[in-house]
Amino acid sequence: METMKAQNITTNDLFWQVKYDASRCTLCGSCVAACSFRAIECKVERRRMVFSEGDYPDPKSRFSAVPVIRQVNSVKNFCRGCGICQKVCPNDAIGPVRNPDTRFPVISRCLMGDSIKRGGRKNLEGDHRALDSIGIGRISQMTDPSLDASRHTFDILAPFGRILPPKQLPLKVGADGKLEQTERTPPVRWIYPVIIGDMSIGALSWRMWEAMAIAVAYLNEECGLPVRLCSGEGGVPERLLKSRYLKYLILQIASGHFGWNRIIKTMPHMTEDPAGILIKIGQGAKPGDGGLLLAQKVAEHIQAIRGVPKADLLSPPNHQGLYSIEESVQKMFLSFNAAFKFRVPVAIKVAASATSVSVFNNLVRDPYNIVGGFFLDGIDGGTGAAHEVSLDHTGHPIVSKLRDCYLAAVSQGRQGHIPLWAGGGLGKTGDLAAEAFKMICLGANGIFAGKLVLQMAGCVGNDRGRCNACNTGLCPVGITTQESALVHRLNPEMVAQNIVNYFLAMDKEFRKLLAPIGNSSLPVGRSDALVATDKAIADRLKIQYVC
Amino acid sequence: MCRIGAIKSKNYFHPSRIFLLMQSMQKGHDNSGFAMVMQDLGGIFKGFKNYPTLSLACTDEGLKIAEDLLHAAGFQRLLHYEPKTNPQPGLDINTMPNYVFETFMYPREYQKASAKEKGEILVNMRLTLRKALEEGDNGYVYSFWPDVLTLKEIGNPQDIGTYFNLWEPDKNFTARIITAQCRQNTNYDIVRYAAHPFFLQGYTVLANGENTFYLKNVEFQRKLHRGYIGFESDSQCFLYTLHYVHHELEWPLPYYKHVITPLPFEEISRRDDKDQLLAIRQSLAHLEINGPNTIIGVLPDGTLFTCCDAKKLRPVVVGRTDDYVVLASEVCGVNEVLPDRKWEKDIYPNEREIVSVDNNLEIQRWKQ
Ligand code: SF4
Ligand code: SF4
Repeated sequence: METMKAQNITTNDLFWQVKYDASRCTLCGSCVAACSFRAIECKVERRRMVFSEGDYPDPKSRFSAVPVIRQVNSVKNFCRGCGICQKVCPNDAIGPVRNPDTRFPVISRCLMGDSIKRGGRKNLEGDHRALDSIGIGRISQMTDPSLDASRHTFDILAPFGRILPPKQLPLKVGADGKLEQTERTPPVRWIYPVIIGDMSIGALSWRMWEAMAIAVAYLNEECGLPVRLCSGEGGVPERLLKSRYLKYLILQIASGHFGWNRIIKTMPHMTEDPAGILIKIGQGAKPGDGGLLLAQKVAEHIQAIRGVPKADLLSPPNHQGLYSIEESVQKMFLSFNAAFKFRVPVAIKVAASATSVSVFNNLVRDPYNIVGGFFLDGIDGGTGAAHEVSLDHTGHPIVSKLRDCYLAAVSQGRQGHIPLWAGGGLGKTGDLAAEAFKMICLGANGIFAGKLVLQMAGCVGNDRGRCNACNTGLCPVGITTQESALVHRLNPEMVAQNIVNYFLAMDKEFRKLLAPIGNSSLPVGRSDALVATDKAIADRLKIQYVC
Repeated sequence: MCRIGAIKSKNYFHPSRIFLLMQSMQKGHDNSGFAMVMQDLGGIFKGFKNYPTLSLACTDEGLKIAEDLLHAAGFQRLLHYEPKTNPQPGLDINTMPNYVFETFMYPREYQKASAKEKGEILVNMRLTLRKALEEGDNGYVYSFWPDVLTLKEIGNPQDIGTYFNLWEPDKNFTARIITAQCRQNTNYDIVRYAAHPFFLQGYTVLANGENTFYLKNVEFQRKLHRGYIGFESDSQCFLYTLHYVHHELEWPLPYYKHVITPLPFEEISRRDDKDQLLAIRQSLAHLEINGPNTIIGVLPDGTLFTCCDAKKLRPVVVGRTDDYVVLASEVCGVNEVLPDRKWEKDIYPNEREIVSVDNNLEIQRWKQ
């Protein structure tokens, strides 16, 4: 008999327990081969069978060695509940089951002496969402008829770039009574109100990145939807930088400046301007924390694109050398505007925070008119890798913060000057059109979504602790990994097709939302079209309460 | 729903014509009110074209407050006119004690001021009066501008006409341009200020329809000009946008259409003037209307115009003879006023044009 050791880990301590039915198992080994986390292993069990032959009890025992599949008891190779084993098992003999009695948050810290890291989203309060209490309640009737969603022309586009107030437009009446432009104005691009962003080429597998690039090119060139993809920090393959598809790409620079060396070197060879530049100051899912790309994901091509050795790549939490908003406007914005000769809009992405409105106010008053967009990222966004404590406990929800920024602009008569883009968990229910639409009515010009795009590609993670292993480099479906065998699980053409189809469906849904409120262009700030069934939310967002 | 109409003529005519025009369209509105603006005045006002006239409906105290304020500001009264009323039992009208039209001389220090400066003090004065009268619910100031009269009242338009003796032609009370609308704006409260035509610094606008971007318009307009106030009706936004585009930005009238019903992006991208149109669309995105409506407007120089929403969900028709141009929501109105016109020449403006009428009654159709 073995001694009981209280400190030993059992599978009952882990988040997920693998249920295995030896009687159905054919011992093909597929599950063990497929589990990228090595959370199950082949093992031989010693079995004892007691039997009796003859008419009277005459117990004898027989020992046998039986090969079985067993869950690994480890805080390193623990089961993530991804369900890949279940997917590959021909006999339904194995699969993960959520363990409500898990002690993982305690034992992991006790044994590792390190903070827990993971990918995915915030896993607390996953079900309660403000947007779910909001509906589009002003349906046109009689005198203000609904439009025909399939017949009318709808302008489903949003601005990216600094918009001048009317009195600053350099327009004068010419001899023929027509307005003539006397000076250049800041560049503004009208793009689809949903940006795919901003997941870096290090965080994602090359196939995933390629799939997104294919989807975006197809949406633009075949479907007429000017969808843009934001690169995330970490550079862009040189071939893409030199190609004409660069125009669909928003290049991101963040505090680590990863990949910018190559971008700058490629500039003379670019045949198109990029769609825009996004300066990332912070990320909603882990505000105050910089990027984190663990060494296991820094594959050779990532080292080449980023110009780094194989090592943990940490972006500092802030841009070194920027101490004030005024300084950032002058240094970063001006230099990036100048780099592309003021032809490319430059925007900023910040984490939603109690101070976001002040930041926005400062930017909206910038006298240079060069801040071309304010990207506000809420707590519910996803991340490739972060400390769980940041993911779960820091950050600020996006909905009220976006509304605050919009209303701050309204109170100064500056709405629309700096387009507002909001993100952070939008569409996590799968209904991105409806959520984007509500955000637009609350004042966003457009929204950005990343995690949902991974879900389109086949990500099995969710907010209830399933998978969320994006940081490990072992993504079981080949999305957030650089392991060749895993990456090959992803079929880029099919992923691209899924993304394209999702956008086409969403576009149709936008029309279905615009038509009943009688609008043919996006109802930015039209909060009178919204109603809330929760009084506190209605009051906070200044929309109508209904019951 | 509202019905709107306008008559412009080479000759002075009496408001009875506009009552006729509106009466024939009465099935289309709810008979809950009547409002009109008379411009380019004849009759007893003819000799005072350069002096501002105050249009006021008020209590006795309101009249005193207003006159004291005007006096204190240095305005001297030149003319006082009160329409003779005809109270009868059974009339459906919600009356005020006094209806006053008074013409004033500018304060001495402004007599040589530029038209622009004069325009500014007139707005300031009207806003001051409005505020002072609002405080004790003492009355309504509709306009204070040279050569312009405004009359608004709650009730049945036919009875309102009877009350003010406006069914009977009177050569002392005439104008060359009259715009009118029946029905109070009942989408919101019944307030006298909510009835269009609305007037600001020589600009008049009345509309039939809805402004689904009302909230966006209001939130933006509040910060644009001190005179953009009230917002008792969603149609007021149309006036303020016209004033902003034409008076503040000094852009020609066609750009009003580009602001309120911008071309789709795809069409803009094919135009020679795409840079300007895009700059306008993005900079003034919050002044877009995006709802079903027809607008009739008058510019300070007397140009009368009409245009519709981009989806043409509201009708308007323009009929004319040598001496008259009539704009109305329904053709029955035009038939009533101009029965002998060549109806084949009537114009039904489309969703992408502005039809304007100059002071020689020449009609221009301008395509967006
Ligand atoms: S659920 Fe996923 S992590 Fe768990 S054993 Fe199966 S394959 Fe491995
Ligand atoms: S499937 Fe891949 S991308 Fe999705 S949560 Fe798991 S590791 Fe992350």
